[in-house]
Amino acid sequence: MHPKDLKPEQFRGYPPEAGKLAVDYLAVLQLLPLAFLSSLLKEVIEYDFKFPAEREAVEKELANLRTLPAAELELWMHGFAQIQLSSALERQDWVNAPAQFVEQLSAHLWSTHQLDGFRNAALEYANRVRAAVPPEAPAAPRLGITIIGQGVAASPKPLFRELRPQGAYYSNVQPENGLKILLDAVTARAKAQPAGYAHWYVDGGEAANHDAAITSVSYAALQPARAILSEKMRAQIERPGMGPEALRTLLARMAPSDLGLNAGDAVLQRFQMKLLTEGSGTQVFSTTFAQWTAREALRRAQPLTLLVRFAPRQRQRPMNELLYGSHEHAELDPLGSLLDADFGAYYNWLNQQRLPGAGQSSFLVWFEDHREALVIGPSVPRGTSSKAAVDLQQLLNWAS
Amino acid sequence: MKEYAAPDERITRIAMNLRNSSPRDLARQLAFTRREFLRAAAGLGIGSTLLHSSAMAHMAAPLKKRKVVVVTFGGGARDQETFAPQGQENIPHLMHELIPQSTFFTQVVNRGILGHYVATASLATGVYETLNNFASLPPDHPTVFEYFRKDLKRPASDAWVVAPSNGFNRIGESSNRSFGAGFGAGVILPKHLLSAAMSGAGGYDHLLRDSYETPFYTPELGGGEFELRQLEMMLRLSVDDFKAHALTLSSPDELSVYIAHQLMRQQSPSLLWITLHDIDIAHAGAYSLYIEGIRRTDRLCADLWNAIQNEPEYAGNTTMFILPDFGRDLDDDAGGNGFQHHRTGDVLSRTTWMMALGAGVRPGLVFDRPVDSTDLVPTLGTMLGFSSSMAQGQPIAELL
Repeated sequence: MHPKDLKPEQFRGYPPEAGKLAVDYLAVLQLLPLAFLSSLLKEVIEYDFKFPAEREAVEKELANLRTLPAAELELWMHGFAQIQLSSALERQDWVNAPAQFVEQLSAHLWSTHQLDGFRNAALEYANRVRAAVPPEAPAAPRLGITIIGQGVAASPKPLFRELRPQGAYYSNVQPENGLKILLDAVTARAKAQPAGYAHWYVDGGEAANHDAAITSVSYAALQPARAILSEKMRAQIERPGMGPEALRTLLARMAPSDLGLNAGDAVLQRFQMKLLTEGSGTQVFSTTFAQWTAREALRRAQPLTLLVRFAPRQRQRPMNELLYGSHEHAELDPLGSLLDADFGAYYNWLNQQRLPGAGQSSFLVWFEDHREALVIGPSVPRGTSSKAAVDLQQLLNWAS
Repeated sequence: MKEYAAPDERITRIAMNLRNSSPRDLARQLAFTRREFLRAAAGLGIGSTLLHSSAMAHMAAPLKKRKVVVVTFGGGARDQETFAPQGQENIPHLMHELIPQSTFFTQVVNRGILGHYVATASLATGVYETLNNFASLPPDHPTVFEYFRKDLKRPASDAWVVAPSNGFNRIGESSNRSFGAGFGAGVILPKHLLSAAMSGAGGYDHLLRDSYETPFYTPELGGGEFELRQLEMMLRLSVDDFKAHALTLSSPDELSVYIAHQLMRQQSPSLLWITLHDIDIAHAGAYSLYIEGIRRTDRLCADLWNAIQNEPEYAGNTTMFILPDFGRDLDDDAGGNGFQHHRTGDVLSRTTWMMALGAGVRPGLVFDRPVDSTDLVPTLGTMLGFSSSMAQGQPIAELL
């Protein structure tokens, strides 16, 4: 089917708000090349379960496309219109299963050497959208906090290597009540700037007590969902004829209830499900889970505050140990986890800086229960270090 | 005033310039920094002007005795964890033992699909293959092993592949029947052998966990694989000895190198291809495990080189090539998640390196000009005296 043949009734399978959005913008959807439209529908079909920032972005993008004169729309879509699709792809149900379509489109682009063309078209389109609909500044400057090294007595290597050029390193920080001070800071910001999904706490282990105003996700709380997912995947893999593509399709079709995520906020349930079904390694390593959750929270919810606390992940057992057949509960690897988290902190900062208002954002990373921390902020001198005695509250004050 | 920016700053600037540079400019910048890193650390000369190499060619062994070992560097690693100043601690063997003996190419560009099986198949055919990365399929075009054996009338025992996983079991021979069936290389999958050796003990599914790209899926073998009963016949290795040795090893790549060494001793193949894969644990998102994989691969490359020097059939007449199949994503690309994957197709994930050392190779030279991944097979053809008629690449003049 060609996009120009789209009809309102084809969106009946969409969740209510998504279906209404698609029908409202049907006239412009009919004008878009399939290589582009499929990605847009992948966003639209999820509209009911999107964070406010994502909803606003989709609405603005659609509204902008609708205002473009025909010649300009053609210019914007030129790169995508050049992508040659196979007839097999065009026959797929890209209206009702756009995510699966995009998955196969990606394979098609690689195998037909059109990936670079698509990538260039996408970059050009993103630049045009940014120019036409500039992202709005956040309601308040963003603050990112990352806590690393839980359970480690001493770091074997200097920490924050990637981040030191960006901020000020402190080596005499009072560690007492550190976690509480940082969580209290998140709570204070949540009360001062109340908004849905604007203030987050991600824990790679068990979440500490925190205020209900904070959106929270933890690796420990998702243990039952991880176990269910693991079992479902194992069962599917053992079926004859099951391949990676079929497995991905199965994961893409899952609903939160399939993983026992039934209680509470539907948007957050779906977000958590996707962390486990779309993230690589999130099911196995808590450090990967914490980093990927932070990335997705920043990318999707664009929070004003994000506190990420890494916890020790399970140890990767060497081959010979596995051969000896020991099936004991996997022990933890605090030192390896510290290195994971140290680099993860760098990625948290990079991902925060991709958001609007980066120039005013600040960031703090702390080696949990130790005296080392690093602060990045608009008024913090870069590439400096200090041995002065400070506490985390002071660092937070200086960061903002 | 500093004449040059510090290396870290240089990397940052390249990353910052990414959006303003053409892919070709960026690849050139990358090659330049790679050369500068090597020059600073290993004191290598710059082979910017082609030297006529006939003198070196004469020093090489007669064609009949000439041997080639190709090692693919384990799933791809980025410069910042390898050749850049902060990464050199992870590759001490490459930096201080192997590179000074090598001719080093700083800009090897892979224009194909960035999946490990299909990319390795492309390296082995000299054509950008487009087969399904996750299926048990042979390459469409003749492999280097077929050219070598058919043209030079070599027996099956003279060409071998040691590969990490089931997905690679068809890499030894193409489906191109017009070229001639039966001229492929034997393929040994050490993990598969180990699993067979351990059968009956139970609980070794994890050994067959095939690909870090799709960690929950193991493709079925497609026939033609090296079987357990051949261990004794081909490698003079009892199943018990094989099992006992495996119990001393920490990773699948260590097992691959052990098998490669046995092959060198017992069969002395003239063309030996070893695909290392431990680095690809990066897909699980744990940075410390990725770094461990790089360090192990660095050590194993040196072990292989030392084995070549210590085997009478190989010492003095063997050329070893080490090259990654491709790189990994840049931290700066919002479409990826940095080191974890190779999904964006950005310039860094496509621009790798290659070193050649041993017979007929001038040591201590670095070349910046772009070389294509598909140039390897024609280069091997010219070195060993066979024609790679269907390969797309060109022989690398600097090595001939």
